[in-house]
Amino acid sequence: MAKTLFEKIWEKHIVKTIDNGPSVLYIDKHLIHEVTSPQAFTGLNNRGIKVFRPKQVVATADHNVPTLNQHLPIKEELSRLQVEALIKNCAEHDIELYGLGHQYQGIVHVIGPELGITQPGMTIVCGDSHTSTHGAFGAIAFGIGTSEVEMVMATQCLLQSKPKLMRIIVDGELNKGVVSKDIVLYLLSKITASGATGYAVEFAGSAIRSLSMEARMTICNMSIEMGGRCGLIAPDEVTFEYINGREFAPKGEEWNKKITEWKQLFSDTNAMFDKEIHFKAEDIEPMITYGTNPGMGIGISQNIPTTETINENDKSGLSKSLAYMGLEQGHAIKGQKVDYVFIGSCTNSRIEDLRMVASFVKGKKKANDVEVWIVPGSKQVEAQAIAEGIDKVFEEAGFILRQPGCSACLGMNEDKIPAGKYCISTSNRNFEGRQGAGARTLLASPLSAAAAAITGVVTDVRELLN
Amino acid sequence: MKALTTITDRFVPINIENIDTDQIIPARFLKATTKDGFGKNLFRDWRYENDDESKTIAHFPLNMSQFDGEILVAGKNFGCGSSREHAAWAILDAGFSVVVSSFFADIFKNNALNNGVLPVQVSDEFLQKIFLQDNNTELTVDLEKQTITIHSTGEHENFEINPYKKTCLLNGYDDIDFLLSIKEDIQKFETLIA
Repeated sequence: MAKTLFEKIWEKHIVKTIDNGPSVLYIDKHLIHEVTSPQAFTGLNNRGIKVFRPKQVVATADHNVPTLNQHLPIKEELSRLQVEALIKNCAEHDIELYGLGHQYQGIVHVIGPELGITQPGMTIVCGDSHTSTHGAFGAIAFGIGTSEVEMVMATQCLLQSKPKLMRIIVDGELNKGVVSKDIVLYLLSKITASGATGYAVEFAGSAIRSLSMEARMTICNMSIEMGGRCGLIAPDEVTFEYINGREFAPKGEEWNKKITEWKQLFSDTNAMFDKEIHFKAEDIEPMITYGTNPGMGIGISQNIPTTETINENDKSGLSKSLAYMGLEQGHAIKGQKVDYVFIGSCTNSRIEDLRMVASFVKGKKKANDVEVWIVPGSKQVEAQAIAEGIDKVFEEAGFILRQPGCSACLGMNEDKIPAGKYCISTSNRNFEGRQGAGARTLLASPLSAAAAAITGVVTDVRELLN
Repeated sequence: MKALTTITDRFVPINIENIDTDQIIPARFLKATTKDGFGKNLFRDWRYENDDESKTIAHFPLNMSQFDGEILVAGKNFGCGSSREHAAWAILDAGFSVVVSSFFADIFKNNALNNGVLPVQVSDEFLQKIFLQDNNTELTVDLEKQTITIHSTGEHENFEINPYKKTCLLNGYDDIDFLLSIKEDIQKFETLIA
């Protein structure tokens, strides 16, 4: 019988199925961090049990680590206690920890792929909704709550009901100045922030296929913003080439065996999806959000919707959203003053993102009244940026290259956007208060964020490209 | 986990759609290493101006003395965004055991169920009917029969729940107890895939 990519992976991981209930799903890799794991470790300790398969767990500290002076003790006490708890828990349970100071430390969804831990055909979970990122490799990867973190620690399994399946196909060629972040913000603006709830979403089509691995990760990363249980892209030569040679990638004979397996990971021609949606790459222009959920996005040349023109899903929330954002219905978003530029997060903090920004800003200077924070996704990204001289380009432009962490994406550390200030951000959520109480977030691509850094206002990057 | 069967109580209405987990419990309150005490920060930034507890926002339902009860009623797509289970802990700690909406985000729904908080998904029409009730109206949520009833009018609707999850809630069982009980099966599975 014809099967989807999701079904092929799902079925291989079913330990057993409960009558009229969920399935017991085996988890290959469990990634953990300081914020959503402490209560799970406490749960295990209270039961007097150890982590069942510690070699399948990898830990890092990312959510509330500082992004300056990481060699010093963490100033904020509660953050420090959480990071210390992670160190202690990992030591007690024999888990590999890439903590502060380690050459592999970084945002959990950046380091997994970067180290070759993330591989096609796997089931991967983490107590973080953006675990969907890893689906870009053709894996079933999804975020879980802390009770579930405890379950996976205790048994390497989870109880899961099979989601419905959706395929989003984007065909065609991308316009100048349009990158993968624009694709996903466009899809979100069309299907809304709840359009994929209950579904596993496979992204396909020639426009998706043409993307690099890192660009594909940006798309799968934000499948959770559509409400999707996970996002997947079938692995291909681009995937294999990315993985080959990485620290924990299969080597030698094992590599050949895996490649043969991985080549079977695609949706069969006649496979059935519960829902299928087609889009044309040519219809996409650089995107930006104006509201307080990630589905509230528009093309840069468009005006902010009005109660008459907006989709049903966001109609009731439009006035509240715009009041929070200090924006007006029907007005242009282009030209909106920006106070902060944040380039980072598990969505857009990889080396390609930094290269894209550097090549655009080379020889340019940031606008006077804008503060620009560049936060690399990992120590390895940071080291690579320095090796390529990207740090110098940023310095000359007046940008600050900070140290790795989740940073201003959710403002759990000191990197908060002040109340009322506008931040054009390459992160994934523009919820009220996400980047700091009262902060106003405009989500965009690294390229659009870089353009705003130079002009000081929301800018159509295409006007600045040669 | 506490068992949950039938609940009859008044409700607190928050008639806002797409309430994300950053609103339910802002990220700056996720630094605890225990599950307790999140209730006081539930909807923190909608309850207080500029994070100042002396400046309560009068029109936010949680601050209005006329609303009370262990049932929270909210607009559609409740709990979207982050996977933080702290959102479910905050709701439970604030005294709620049922959340009613016309649509729930997946991860939040699981997190709620894993903490004995029942997500009751009703139709958009039924949700609007609840919002139209006055503050003395009681709702009854009967998990065994899978019904929710508005007392003043007698109107009711059925809601769905996975039969396995229903059994867990009715008896106060955790998934983890079940998974630990089948560890031999899991080990056998591991040898098969190795």
